[in-house]
Amino acid sequence: MLEIKNIHKTFNLGTINEKKALNGVTLYLDEGDFVTVIGGNGAGKSTTLNAVAGVWPIDSGSIIIDGVDVTGLPEHKRAPYLGRVFQDPMNGTAATMEIQENLALAARRGQRRGLRWGITKAEKARYHEVLKSLDLGLEDRMSSKVGLLSGGQRQAVTLLMATLKKPKLLLLDEHTAALDPKTAAKVLELSDKIIAENNLTAMMVTHNMRDAIIHGNRLIMMNEGQIILDIKGDEKKKLSVEDLLQKFEEVSGEEFANDKALLG
Amino acid sequence: MFNLIPVFCSNDIMSLVRALPGSTAQGLIWGIMAIGVFLTFKILDFADLTVDGTFGTGGAVTVMLILAGYPPVVAVGIAFLAGMLAGIVTGILHTVFGIPAILSGILSQIALYSVNLNIAQGRANQAVSVDLYHLVVSGRNNPLTIITVAFVILVMIALLYWFFGTETGFTIRATGCNENMSRAQGINTSVAKVVALAFSNGIVGFAGGMLAQYQGNFDVNMGRGAIVIGLASVIIGEVIGEALFGKRLNFSARLAFVAIGSIIYYIVIQFVLWLGLPTINMKMFSAMVVAIFLAVPYMRGRAKNSYRKAAKN
Repeated sequence: MLEIKNIHKTFNLGTINEKKALNGVTLYLDEGDFVTVIGGNGAGKSTTLNAVAGVWPIDSGSIIIDGVDVTGLPEHKRAPYLGRVFQDPMNGTAATMEIQENLALAARRGQRRGLRWGITKAEKARYHEVLKSLDLGLEDRMSSKVGLLSGGQRQAVTLLMATLKKPKLLLLDEHTAALDPKTAAKVLELSDKIIAENNLTAMMVTHNMRDAIIHGNRLIMMNEGQIILDIKGDEKKKLSVEDLLQKFEEVSGEEFANDKALLG
Repeated sequence: MFNLIPVFCSNDIMSLVRALPGSTAQGLIWGIMAIGVFLTFKILDFADLTVDGTFGTGGAVTVMLILAGYPPVVAVGIAFLAGMLAGIVTGILHTVFGIPAILSGILSQIALYSVNLNIAQGRANQAVSVDLYHLVVSGRNNPLTIITVAFVILVMIALLYWFFGTETGFTIRATGCNENMSRAQGINTSVAKVVALAFSNGIVGFAGGMLAQYQGNFDVNMGRGAIVIGLASVIIGEVIGEALFGKRLNFSARLAFVAIGSIIYYIVIQFVLWLGLPTINMKMFSAMVVAIFLAVPYMRGRAKNSYRKAAKN
Protein backbone atom coordinates (compact mmCIF):
# COMPACT_ATOMS: atom_id res chain seq x y z
CA MET A 1 0.00 0.00 0.00
CA LEU A 2 2.84 2.38 0.86
CA GLU A 3 6.37 2.25 -0.52
CA ILE A 4 8.88 4.77 0.77
CA LYS A 5 12.06 4.20 -1.24
CA ASN A 6 15.31 5.60 0.10
CA ILE A 7 14.07 9.13 0.71
CA HIS A 8 16.40 11.95 1.71
CA LYS A 9 15.59 15.43 2.97
CA THR A 10 17.89 18.15 4.23
CA PHE A 11 16.60 21.40 5.68
CA ASN A 12 18.44 24.73 5.44
CA LEU A 13 21.13 23.31 3.19
CA GLY A 14 24.33 25.35 3.33
CA THR A 15 23.40 27.39 6.40
CA ILE A 16 24.40 27.01 10.02
CA ASN A 17 21.03 25.36 10.70
CA GLU A 18 21.52 22.63 8.13
CA LYS A 19 19.87 19.42 9.28
CA LYS A 20 19.76 16.11 7.46
CA ALA A 21 16.29 15.13 8.64
CA LEU A 22 15.77 12.04 6.48
CA ASN A 23 18.82 9.97 5.67
CA GLY A 24 17.75 7.15 3.41
CA VAL A 25 14.41 6.06 4.85
CA THR A 26 12.97 2.94 3.23
CA LEU A 27 9.70 1.39 4.34
CA TYR A 28 7.09 -0.90 2.83
CA LEU A 29 3.62 -1.13 4.29
CA ASP A 30 1.08 -3.77 3.31
CA GLU A 31 -2.60 -3.01 3.23
CA GLY A 32 -3.96 -3.14 6.75
CA ASP A 33 -0.62 -2.55 8.47
CA PHE A 34 -0.94 -0.30 11.50
CA VAL A 35 2.56 0.96 12.23
CA THR A 36 3.57 2.91 15.32
CA VAL A 37 6.62 5.14 14.91
CA ILE A 38 8.81 6.04 17.87
CA GLY A 39 12.13 7.76 18.36
CA GLY A 40 13.80 10.64 20.14
CA ASN A 41 13.25 14.29 19.29
CA GLY A 42 14.61 15.14 15.88
CA ALA A 43 14.70 11.49 14.85
CA GLY A 44 12.65 12.12 11.76
CA LYS A 45 9.28 10.67 12.73
CA SER A 46 7.04 13.61 11.92
CA THR A 47 9.33 14.49 9.04
CA THR A 48 8.65 11.12 7.47
CA LEU A 49 4.92 11.65 7.78
CA ASN A 50 5.21 15.15 6.33
CA ALA A 51 7.25 13.75 3.44
CA VAL A 52 4.53 11.22 2.69
CA ALA A 53 1.86 13.91 2.97
CA GLY A 54 3.75 16.16 0.60
CA VAL A 55 4.06 19.19 2.86
CA TRP A 56 7.34 19.85 1.03
CA PRO A 57 9.12 18.02 -1.81
CA ILE A 58 11.81 15.47 -0.90
CA ASP A 59 15.39 15.76 -2.15
CA SER A 60 15.62 12.22 -3.55
CA GLY A 61 13.89 8.88 -3.45
CA SER A 62 10.28 8.06 -4.19
CA ILE A 63 6.96 7.68 -2.42
CA ILE A 64 4.34 5.35 -3.87
CA ILE A 65 0.85 5.03 -2.46
CA ASP A 66 -1.18 2.04 -3.68
CA GLY A 67 0.86 1.82 -6.83
CA VAL A 68 0.69 5.54 -7.65
CA ASP A 69 3.95 7.50 -7.58
CA VAL A 70 3.06 10.65 -5.65
CA THR A 71 6.59 11.99 -5.25
CA GLY A 72 5.94 14.85 -7.65
CA LEU A 73 2.49 15.79 -6.39
CA PRO A 74 1.90 18.82 -4.13
CA GLU A 75 0.13 18.47 -0.79
CA HIS A 76 -3.41 19.13 -1.95
CA LYS A 77 -3.09 16.70 -4.84
CA ARG A 78 -1.96 13.91 -2.52
CA ALA A 79 -4.80 14.60 -0.11
CA PRO A 80 -7.26 12.28 -1.93
CA TYR A 81 -5.11 9.32 -0.94
CA LEU A 82 -4.55 10.34 2.66
CA GLY A 83 -6.28 11.02 5.93
CA ARG A 84 -4.36 13.15 8.37
CA VAL A 85 -4.65 14.07 12.02
CA PHE A 86 -2.25 16.69 13.32
CA GLN A 87 -0.60 17.15 16.66
CA ASP A 88 -2.24 20.50 17.31
CA PRO A 89 -5.99 20.02 17.87
CA MET A 90 -6.55 23.52 16.49
CA ASN A 91 -4.97 22.57 13.20
CA GLY A 92 -7.22 19.84 11.88
CA THR A 93 -10.49 21.72 11.57
CA ALA A 94 -11.82 25.09 10.48
CA ALA A 95 -12.77 26.81 13.72
CA THR A 96 -15.17 29.34 12.21
CA MET A 97 -17.19 26.68 10.40
CA GLU A 98 -19.76 24.31 11.85
CA ILE A 99 -19.03 20.68 12.73
CA GLN A 100 -21.24 19.45 9.91
CA GLU A 101 -19.63 21.87 7.45
CA ASN A 102 -16.20 20.56 8.39
CA LEU A 103 -17.39 17.01 7.80
CA ALA A 104 -18.89 18.06 4.47
CA LEU A 105 -15.52 19.51 3.47
CA ALA A 106 -13.78 16.25 4.32
CA ALA A 107 -16.35 14.18 2.46
CA ARG A 108 -15.47 16.04 -0.72
CA ARG A 109 -11.74 15.45 -0.43
CA GLY A 110 -10.50 14.42 -3.83
CA GLN A 111 -13.59 15.60 -5.69
CA ARG A 112 -13.92 18.59 -7.95
CA ARG A 113 -15.72 21.26 -5.96
CA GLY A 114 -18.14 23.36 -7.93
CA LEU A 115 -21.29 25.29 -7.28
CA ARG A 116 -23.28 22.44 -5.83
CA TRP A 117 -24.63 22.98 -2.37
CA GLY A 118 -21.89 22.62 0.28
CA ILE A 119 -23.90 20.30 2.48
CA THR A 120 -27.12 18.43 1.73
CA LYS A 121 -29.96 17.23 3.95
CA ALA A 122 -29.08 13.60 3.34
CA GLU A 123 -25.51 14.31 4.40
CA LYS A 124 -26.64 15.94 7.62
CA ALA A 125 -28.54 12.80 8.54
CA ARG A 126 -25.50 10.68 7.77
CA TYR A 127 -23.21 12.88 9.83
CA HIS A 128 -25.62 12.69 12.74
CA GLU A 129 -25.22 8.91 12.78
CA VAL A 130 -21.47 9.06 12.35
CA LEU A 131 -21.05 11.59 15.17
CA LYS A 132 -23.25 9.46 17.39
CA SER A 133 -20.72 6.64 17.11
CA LEU A 134 -18.11 8.90 18.73
CA ASP A 135 -20.19 8.88 21.89
CA LEU A 136 -19.26 12.47 22.74
CA GLY A 137 -22.63 14.15 22.39
CA LEU A 138 -21.47 15.99 19.30
CA GLU A 139 -24.41 14.76 17.23
CA ASP A 140 -26.62 17.20 19.12
CA ARG A 141 -24.36 20.14 18.30
CA MET A 142 -23.77 19.65 14.62
CA SER A 143 -24.38 23.27 13.77
CA SER A 144 -22.06 24.59 16.46
CA LYS A 145 -18.86 26.21 15.32
CA VAL A 146 -15.90 23.91 15.83
CA GLY A 147 -14.02 26.67 17.65
CA LEU A 148 -16.30 26.09 20.64
CA LEU A 149 -15.18 22.48 21.10
CA SER A 150 -12.45 21.26 23.44
CA GLY A 151 -9.12 19.92 22.15
CA GLY A 152 -10.16 16.30 22.53
CA GLN A 153 -13.45 16.86 20.77
CA ARG A 154 -11.69 18.62 17.91
CA GLN A 155 -9.25 15.75 17.52
CA ALA A 156 -12.17 13.33 17.44
CA VAL A 157 -13.80 15.39 14.70
CA THR A 158 -10.49 15.59 12.82
CA LEU A 159 -10.17 11.82 13.06
CA LEU A 160 -13.67 11.45 11.68
CA MET A 161 -12.86 13.87 8.87
CA ALA A 162 -9.74 11.89 8.03
CA THR A 163 -11.65 8.63 7.71
CA LEU A 164 -15.09 9.67 6.42
CA LYS A 165 -13.91 8.83 2.96
CA LYS A 166 -11.81 5.70 3.44
CA PRO A 167 -8.22 6.87 2.84
CA LYS A 168 -5.50 4.67 1.35
CA LEU A 169 -3.29 5.70 4.24
CA LEU A 170 -4.06 7.29 7.60
CA LEU A 171 -1.34 9.51 9.07
CA LEU A 172 -1.56 10.20 12.79
CA ASP A 173 1.12 12.64 13.90
CA GLU A 174 1.29 12.54 17.71
CA HIS A 175 -2.39 13.24 17.62
CA THR A 176 -2.89 12.70 21.35
CA ALA A 177 0.19 14.60 22.49
CA ALA A 178 -1.73 17.76 23.35
CA LEU A 179 -4.54 15.99 25.22
CA ASP A 180 -4.96 15.02 28.87
CA PRO A 181 -4.47 11.29 29.65
CA LYS A 182 -8.15 10.47 29.82
CA THR A 183 -9.05 12.21 26.56
CA ALA A 184 -5.91 10.84 24.92
CA ALA A 185 -6.99 7.32 25.83
CA LYS A 186 -10.45 7.98 24.40
CA VAL A 187 -9.05 9.31 21.13
CA LEU A 188 -6.66 6.37 20.85
CA GLU A 189 -9.52 3.97 21.46
CA LEU A 190 -11.46 5.72 18.70
CA SER A 191 -8.47 5.52 16.39
CA ASP A 192 -8.15 1.79 17.00
CA LYS A 193 -11.84 1.26 16.40
CA ILE A 194 -11.95 3.21 13.15
CA ILE A 195 -8.78 1.60 11.82
CA ALA A 196 -10.01 -1.89 12.66
CA GLU A 197 -13.53 -1.35 11.29
CA ASN A 198 -12.28 -0.05 7.98
CA ASN A 199 -9.14 -2.19 7.75
CA LEU A 200 -7.11 0.98 7.23
CA THR A 201 -3.39 1.22 6.62
CA ALA A 202 -2.08 3.60 9.23
CA MET A 203 1.08 5.21 10.54
CA MET A 204 1.01 6.64 14.05
CA VAL A 205 3.82 8.73 15.45
CA THR A 206 3.95 8.72 19.22
CA HIS A 207 6.31 9.62 22.03
CA ASN A 208 4.63 7.15 24.31
CA MET A 209 6.44 3.79 24.14
CA ARG A 210 3.67 1.90 25.87
CA ASP A 211 1.08 3.14 23.41
CA ALA A 212 3.45 2.25 20.60
CA ILE A 213 3.59 -1.33 21.84
CA ILE A 214 -0.09 -1.78 22.63
CA HIS A 215 -1.47 -0.32 19.39
CA GLY A 216 -0.86 -1.55 15.90
CA ASN A 217 0.69 -4.68 14.41
CA ARG A 218 4.08 -3.22 13.64
CA LEU A 219 6.54 -0.87 15.30
CA ILE A 220 9.42 1.09 13.85
CA MET A 221 11.98 3.10 15.73
CA MET A 222 13.80 5.98 14.09
CA ASN A 223 17.01 7.76 14.94
CA GLU A 224 18.88 10.49 13.08
CA GLY A 225 16.74 10.22 9.98
CA GLN A 226 16.89 6.45 9.61
CA ILE A 227 14.80 3.47 10.66
CA ILE A 228 16.83 1.45 13.14
CA LEU A 229 14.23 -1.06 14.25
CA ASP A 230 11.27 -2.74 12.60
CA ILE A 231 9.27 -5.28 14.63
CA LYS A 232 5.99 -6.88 13.71
CA GLY A 233 3.44 -9.47 14.73
CA ASP A 234 4.06 -11.72 17.72
CA GLU A 235 7.52 -10.36 18.40
CA LYS A 236 5.94 -6.91 18.78
CA LYS A 237 3.25 -8.17 21.14
CA LYS A 238 5.89 -9.58 23.50
CA LEU A 239 7.79 -6.28 23.70
CA SER A 240 8.12 -4.23 26.86
CA VAL A 241 9.32 -0.66 27.28
CA GLU A 242 12.62 -1.88 28.75
CA ASP A 243 13.12 -4.14 25.74
CA LEU A 244 12.75 -1.18 23.45
CA LEU A 245 15.20 0.94 25.42
CA GLN A 246 17.72 -1.88 25.35
CA LYS A 247 17.29 -2.53 21.64
CA PHE A 248 17.74 1.16 21.01
CA GLU A 249 21.03 1.19 22.89
CA GLU A 250 22.23 -1.90 21.00
CA VAL A 251 21.45 -0.47 17.60
CA SER A 252 22.47 3.11 18.05
CA GLY A 253 25.13 2.88 20.71
CA GLU A 254 23.74 5.69 22.83
CA GLU A 255 21.34 6.01 25.71
CA PHE A 256 17.79 6.73 24.84
CA ALA A 257 17.23 9.54 27.27
CA ASN A 258 13.63 10.47 26.76
CA ASP A 259 11.66 11.04 29.94
CA LYS A 260 8.28 10.61 28.37
CA ALA A 261 9.26 7.28 26.88
CA LEU A 262 10.55 6.07 30.25
CA LEU A 263 7.38 7.11 31.98
CA GLY A 264 5.52 5.21 29.29
CA MET B 1 -15.33 62.50 -2.35
CA PHE B 2 -16.52 65.50 -0.41
CA ASN B 3 -17.27 67.66 -3.41
CA LEU B 4 -20.99 67.09 -3.06
CA ILE B 5 -21.24 67.99 0.61
CA PRO B 6 -21.76 71.72 1.04
CA VAL B 7 -19.71 73.45 3.67
CA PHE B 8 -21.80 74.49 6.58
CA CYS B 9 -21.28 77.74 8.34
CA SER B 10 -24.40 77.75 10.44
CA ASN B 11 -25.55 75.24 13.02
CA ASP B 12 -29.07 74.99 11.68
CA ILE B 13 -30.39 71.47 12.38
CA MET B 14 -32.50 71.56 9.24
CA SER B 15 -29.41 71.84 7.08
CA LEU B 16 -28.12 68.63 8.62
CA VAL B 17 -31.44 66.93 7.97
CA ARG B 18 -31.43 68.14 4.39
CA ALA B 19 -28.00 66.63 3.84
CA LEU B 20 -29.03 63.22 5.15
CA PRO B 21 -30.39 61.79 1.88
CA GLY B 22 -27.07 62.56 0.20
CA SER B 23 -25.09 60.96 3.01
CA THR B 24 -27.34 57.93 2.98
CA ALA B 25 -27.05 57.52 -0.76
CA GLN B 26 -23.28 57.85 -0.76
CA GLY B 27 -23.03 55.61 2.31
CA LEU B 28 -24.99 52.94 0.49
CA ILE B 29 -22.81 53.09 -2.59
CA TRP B 30 -19.66 52.87 -0.52
CA GLY B 31 -21.47 50.11 1.36
CA ILE B 32 -21.26 48.00 -1.79
CA MET B 33 -17.53 48.51 -1.75
CA ALA B 34 -17.39 47.71 1.96
CA ILE B 35 -19.12 44.39 1.32
CA GLY B 36 -16.36 43.60 -1.18
CA VAL B 37 -13.76 44.43 1.46
CA PHE B 38 -15.62 42.22 3.96
CA LEU B 39 -15.16 39.22 1.69
CA THR B 40 -11.40 39.40 1.70
CA PHE B 41 -10.80 40.94 5.10
CA LYS B 42 -13.18 38.83 7.16
CA ILE B 43 -13.64 35.61 5.20
CA LEU B 44 -10.28 35.15 3.53
CA ASP B 45 -8.37 36.94 6.30
CA PHE B 46 -6.49 38.94 3.66
CA ALA B 47 -6.03 42.72 3.99
CA ASP B 48 -6.52 43.65 0.35
CA LEU B 49 -5.19 47.10 -0.46
CA THR B 50 -5.91 46.68 -4.16
CA VAL B 51 -9.33 48.24 -3.62
CA ASP B 52 -8.05 51.81 -3.63
CA GLY B 53 -7.08 51.20 -7.24
CA THR B 54 -9.96 48.92 -8.22
CA PHE B 55 -12.53 51.48 -7.15
CA GLY B 56 -11.05 53.94 -9.61
CA THR B 57 -10.84 51.28 -12.29
CA GLY B 58 -14.56 50.68 -11.96
CA GLY B 59 -15.20 54.40 -12.24
CA ALA B 60 -12.92 54.83 -15.24
CA VAL B 61 -14.30 51.85 -17.14
CA THR B 62 -17.91 52.87 -16.48
CA VAL B 63 -17.49 56.49 -17.49
CA MET B 64 -15.52 55.76 -20.65
CA LEU B 65 -18.00 53.09 -21.76
CA ILE B 66 -20.97 55.39 -21.15
CA LEU B 67 -19.27 58.18 -23.08
CA ALA B 68 -18.68 55.68 -25.87
CA GLY B 69 -22.38 55.00 -26.04
CA TYR B 70 -22.81 51.83 -24.02
CA PRO B 71 -25.86 51.54 -21.72
CA PRO B 72 -24.88 52.40 -18.13
CA VAL B 73 -26.11 49.02 -16.89
CA VAL B 74 -23.73 47.24 -19.26
CA ALA B 75 -20.96 49.66 -18.30
CA VAL B 76 -21.14 48.78 -14.59
CA GLY B 77 -21.28 45.10 -15.51
CA ILE B 78 -18.02 45.46 -17.38
CA ALA B 79 -16.64 47.49 -14.47
CA PHE B 80 -17.30 44.39 -12.35
CA LEU B 81 -15.29 42.26 -14.75
CA ALA B 82 -12.46 44.80 -14.80
CA GLY B 83 -12.44 44.70 -11.01
CA MET B 84 -12.20 40.92 -11.13
CA LEU B 85 -9.11 41.18 -13.32
CA ALA B 86 -7.46 43.49 -10.80
CA GLY B 87 -8.22 41.00 -8.05
CA ILE B 88 -6.79 38.14 -10.08
CA VAL B 89 -3.56 40.07 -10.60
CA THR B 90 -3.18 40.60 -6.86
CA GLY B 91 -3.94 36.94 -6.32
CA ILE B 92 -1.30 35.86 -8.79
CA LEU B 93 1.31 38.19 -7.29
CA HIS B 94 0.67 36.53 -3.95
CA THR B 95 0.15 32.87 -4.80
CA VAL B 96 2.43 32.41 -7.82
CA PHE B 97 5.18 34.89 -7.03
CA GLY B 98 5.08 34.55 -3.27
CA ILE B 99 4.73 38.27 -2.61
CA PRO B 100 3.28 38.90 0.88
CA ALA B 101 -0.44 39.66 0.93
CA ILE B 102 -0.39 43.32 1.84
CA LEU B 103 2.43 44.10 -0.57
CA SER B 104 0.62 42.35 -3.39
CA GLY B 105 -2.34 44.64 -2.84
CA ILE B 106 -0.15 47.72 -2.69
CA LEU B 107 1.68 46.82 -5.90
CA SER B 108 -1.60 46.30 -7.71
CA GLN B 109 -2.95 49.56 -6.37
CA ILE B 110 0.08 51.48 -7.59
CA ALA B 111 -0.08 49.89 -11.04
CA LEU B 112 -3.80 50.57 -11.27
CA TYR B 113 -3.25 54.31 -10.92
CA SER B 114 -1.56 54.24 -14.32
CA VAL B 115 -4.05 51.74 -15.70
CA ASN B 116 -6.95 53.96 -14.68
CA LEU B 117 -5.38 57.01 -16.31
CA ASN B 118 -4.88 54.97 -19.46
CA ILE B 119 -8.51 53.91 -19.48
CA ALA B 120 -9.56 57.53 -19.09
CA GLN B 121 -7.29 58.37 -22.03
CA GLY B 122 -4.88 60.36 -19.93
CA ARG B 123 -7.50 62.58 -18.30
CA ALA B 124 -7.42 62.74 -14.50
CA ASN B 125 -11.06 63.69 -14.49
CA GLN B 126 -13.83 62.72 -16.91
CA ALA B 127 -17.36 63.99 -16.57
CA VAL B 128 -20.50 62.06 -17.44
CA SER B 129 -23.52 64.24 -17.01
CA VAL B 130 -26.91 62.87 -16.06
CA ASP B 131 -28.37 65.45 -18.40
CA LEU B 132 -26.80 63.71 -21.36
CA TYR B 133 -26.93 60.06 -20.35
CA HIS B 134 -29.46 57.80 -18.75
CA LEU B 135 -27.40 57.01 -15.66
CA VAL B 136 -28.40 54.33 -13.19
CA VAL B 137 -27.96 56.60 -10.19
CA SER B 138 -27.29 60.27 -9.68
CA GLY B 139 -26.65 62.78 -6.91
CA ARG B 140 -29.46 64.84 -8.40
CA ASN B 141 -31.99 62.25 -7.33
CA ASN B 142 -31.10 60.89 -3.92
CA PRO B 143 -34.35 59.06 -3.10
CA LEU B 144 -34.18 57.07 -6.34
CA THR B 145 -30.51 56.38 -5.76
CA ILE B 146 -31.22 55.12 -2.27
CA ILE B 147 -33.94 52.77 -3.47
CA THR B 148 -31.90 51.47 -6.40
CA VAL B 149 -28.74 50.88 -4.42
CA ALA B 150 -30.58 49.34 -1.47
CA PHE B 151 -32.19 46.91 -3.90
CA VAL B 152 -28.82 46.11 -5.47
CA ILE B 153 -27.35 45.45 -2.04
CA LEU B 154 -30.19 43.11 -1.12
CA VAL B 155 -29.67 41.13 -4.32
CA MET B 156 -25.93 41.03 -3.64
CA ILE B 157 -26.44 39.74 -0.11
CA ALA B 158 -28.75 37.02 -1.38
CA LEU B 159 -26.21 35.97 -4.02
CA LEU B 160 -23.34 35.96 -1.55
CA TYR B 161 -25.37 33.97 0.97
CA TRP B 162 -26.00 31.39 -1.74
CA PHE B 163 -22.37 31.42 -2.94
CA PHE B 164 -20.82 30.83 0.46
CA GLY B 165 -23.16 27.87 0.95
CA THR B 166 -21.76 26.15 -2.14
CA GLU B 167 -18.77 23.81 -2.26
CA THR B 168 -16.56 26.56 -3.68
CA GLY B 169 -17.77 28.96 -1.03
CA PHE B 170 -16.80 26.40 1.59
CA THR B 171 -13.29 26.12 0.16
CA ILE B 172 -12.81 29.88 0.44
CA ARG B 173 -14.09 29.93 4.01
CA ALA B 174 -11.86 26.99 4.96
CA THR B 175 -8.81 28.57 3.31
CA GLY B 176 -9.35 31.80 5.19
CA CYS B 177 -9.70 29.93 8.45
CA ASN B 178 -7.01 27.24 8.29
CA GLU B 179 -4.81 26.84 5.24
CA ASN B 180 -3.01 23.70 6.40
CA MET B 181 -6.20 21.83 7.06
CA SER B 182 -7.64 23.01 3.74
CA ARG B 183 -4.72 21.59 1.79
CA ALA B 184 -5.02 18.35 3.76
CA GLN B 185 -8.60 18.16 2.52
CA GLY B 186 -7.51 18.50 -1.06
CA ILE B 187 -8.34 22.18 -1.49
CA ASN B 188 -6.11 24.17 -3.80
CA THR B 189 -5.71 27.12 -1.46
CA SER B 190 -4.01 29.27 -4.09
CA VAL B 191 -7.00 28.99 -6.40
CA ALA B 192 -9.38 29.68 -3.53
CA LYS B 193 -7.54 32.89 -2.68
CA VAL B 194 -7.52 34.10 -6.27
CA VAL B 195 -11.25 33.41 -6.65
CA ALA B 196 -12.05 35.33 -3.47
CA LEU B 197 -9.87 38.27 -4.50
CA ALA B 198 -11.47 38.27 -7.94
CA PHE B 199 -15.04 38.46 -6.65
CA SER B 200 -14.19 40.96 -3.95
CA ASN B 201 -12.52 43.35 -6.38
CA GLY B 202 -15.30 42.78 -8.89
CA ILE B 203 -17.74 44.11 -6.33
CA VAL B 204 -15.45 47.06 -5.55
CA GLY B 205 -15.14 47.87 -9.26
CA PHE B 206 -18.90 47.76 -9.58
CA ALA B 207 -19.22 50.16 -6.62
CA GLY B 208 -16.73 52.49 -8.28
CA GLY B 209 -18.88 52.49 -11.40
CA MET B 210 -21.93 53.38 -9.35
CA LEU B 211 -20.19 56.22 -7.53
CA ALA B 212 -18.83 57.66 -10.76
CA GLN B 213 -22.38 57.89 -12.07
CA TYR B 214 -23.66 59.29 -8.79
CA GLN B 215 -21.15 62.10 -8.66
CA GLY B 216 -21.23 62.61 -12.40
CA ASN B 217 -17.54 62.06 -13.03
CA PHE B 218 -14.53 59.80 -12.80
CA ASP B 219 -11.61 61.15 -10.84
CA VAL B 220 -8.26 59.39 -10.76
CA ASN B 221 -8.14 59.85 -6.98
CA MET B 222 -11.69 58.70 -6.30
CA GLY B 223 -10.50 55.47 -4.72
CA ARG B 224 -7.98 57.03 -2.39
CA GLY B 225 -8.67 55.87 1.16
CA ALA B 226 -11.22 53.33 0.02
CA ILE B 227 -9.70 50.54 2.08
CA VAL B 228 -9.95 52.66 5.22
CA ILE B 229 -13.61 53.47 4.56
CA GLY B 230 -14.27 49.82 3.78
CA LEU B 231 -12.63 48.55 6.93
CA ALA B 232 -14.28 51.25 9.04
CA SER B 233 -17.69 50.24 7.64
CA VAL B 234 -17.04 46.56 8.29
CA ILE B 235 -15.98 47.21 11.85
CA ILE B 236 -18.69 49.75 12.67
CA GLY B 237 -21.25 47.36 11.23
CA GLU B 238 -19.88 44.48 13.25
CA VAL B 239 -19.86 46.49 16.48
CA ILE B 240 -23.43 47.68 16.05
CA GLY B 241 -24.70 44.37 14.71
CA GLU B 242 -23.26 42.42 17.62
CA ALA B 243 -24.49 45.00 20.09
CA LEU B 244 -28.02 44.63 18.75
CA PHE B 245 -28.18 40.92 17.94
CA GLY B 246 -25.30 39.32 19.79
CA LYS B 247 -24.74 35.72 18.80
CA ARG B 248 -27.81 35.59 16.59
CA LEU B 249 -26.11 37.71 13.96
CA ASN B 250 -26.00 35.40 10.93
CA PHE B 251 -24.05 35.80 7.70
CA SER B 252 -26.69 37.74 5.76
CA ALA B 253 -27.26 40.07 8.69
CA ARG B 254 -23.53 40.68 8.94
CA LEU B 255 -23.40 41.75 5.31
CA ALA B 256 -26.41 44.01 5.80
CA PHE B 257 -24.73 45.62 8.77
CA VAL B 258 -21.62 46.28 6.72
CA ALA B 259 -23.77 48.47 4.48
CA ILE B 260 -25.39 50.05 7.52
CA GLY B 261 -21.92 50.67 8.95
CA SER B 262 -21.03 52.54 5.80
CA ILE B 263 -24.12 54.72 6.03
CA ILE B 264 -23.40 55.48 9.67
CA TYR B 265 -19.83 56.39 8.79
CA TYR B 266 -21.06 58.87 6.22
CA ILE B 267 -23.71 60.35 8.47
CA VAL B 268 -21.13 60.86 11.18
CA ILE B 269 -18.86 62.60 8.69
CA GLN B 270 -21.84 64.74 7.72
CA PHE B 271 -22.46 65.56 11.36
CA VAL B 272 -18.85 66.53 11.93
CA LEU B 273 -18.97 68.79 8.91
CA TRP B 274 -22.23 70.32 10.08
CA LEU B 275 -20.60 71.27 13.35
CA GLY B 276 -18.74 73.80 11.27
CA LEU B 277 -15.29 72.56 12.21
CA PRO B 278 -12.48 73.41 9.80
CA THR B 279 -12.55 71.04 6.84
CA ILE B 280 -8.79 70.68 6.80
CA ASN B 281 -9.20 68.56 9.94
CA MET B 282 -11.73 66.22 8.34
CA LYS B 283 -9.41 63.24 8.19
CA MET B 284 -8.48 63.58 11.82
CA PHE B 285 -12.10 63.74 12.88
CA SER B 286 -12.90 60.71 10.73
CA ALA B 287 -10.08 58.78 12.37
CA MET B 288 -11.31 59.83 15.83
CA VAL B 289 -14.82 58.70 15.02
CA VAL B 290 -13.67 55.25 13.89
CA ALA B 291 -11.38 54.95 16.90
CA ILE B 292 -14.28 55.70 19.24
CA PHE B 293 -16.45 53.10 17.53
CA LEU B 294 -13.76 50.51 17.95
CA ALA B 295 -12.93 51.46 21.51
CA VAL B 296 -16.44 51.57 22.98
CA PRO B 297 -17.24 47.83 22.98
CA TYR B 298 -13.75 46.98 24.18
CA MET B 299 -13.89 49.49 27.02
CA ARG B 300 -17.36 48.36 28.01
CA GLY B 301 -16.12 44.78 28.17
CA ARG B 302 -13.17 45.88 30.27
CA ALA B 303 -15.42 47.83 32.61
CA LYS B 304 -17.55 44.76 33.28
CA ASN B 305 -14.54 42.54 33.77
CA SER B 306 -11.61 44.50 35.11
CA TYR B 307 -8.68 43.79 37.41
CA ARG B 308 -9.75 46.62 39.69
CA LYS B 309 -13.11 44.99 40.17
CA ALA B 310 -11.52 41.64 40.92
CA ALA B 311 -9.34 43.28 43.56
CA LYS B 312 -12.33 44.83 45.27
CA ASN B 313 -14.33 41.56 45.46
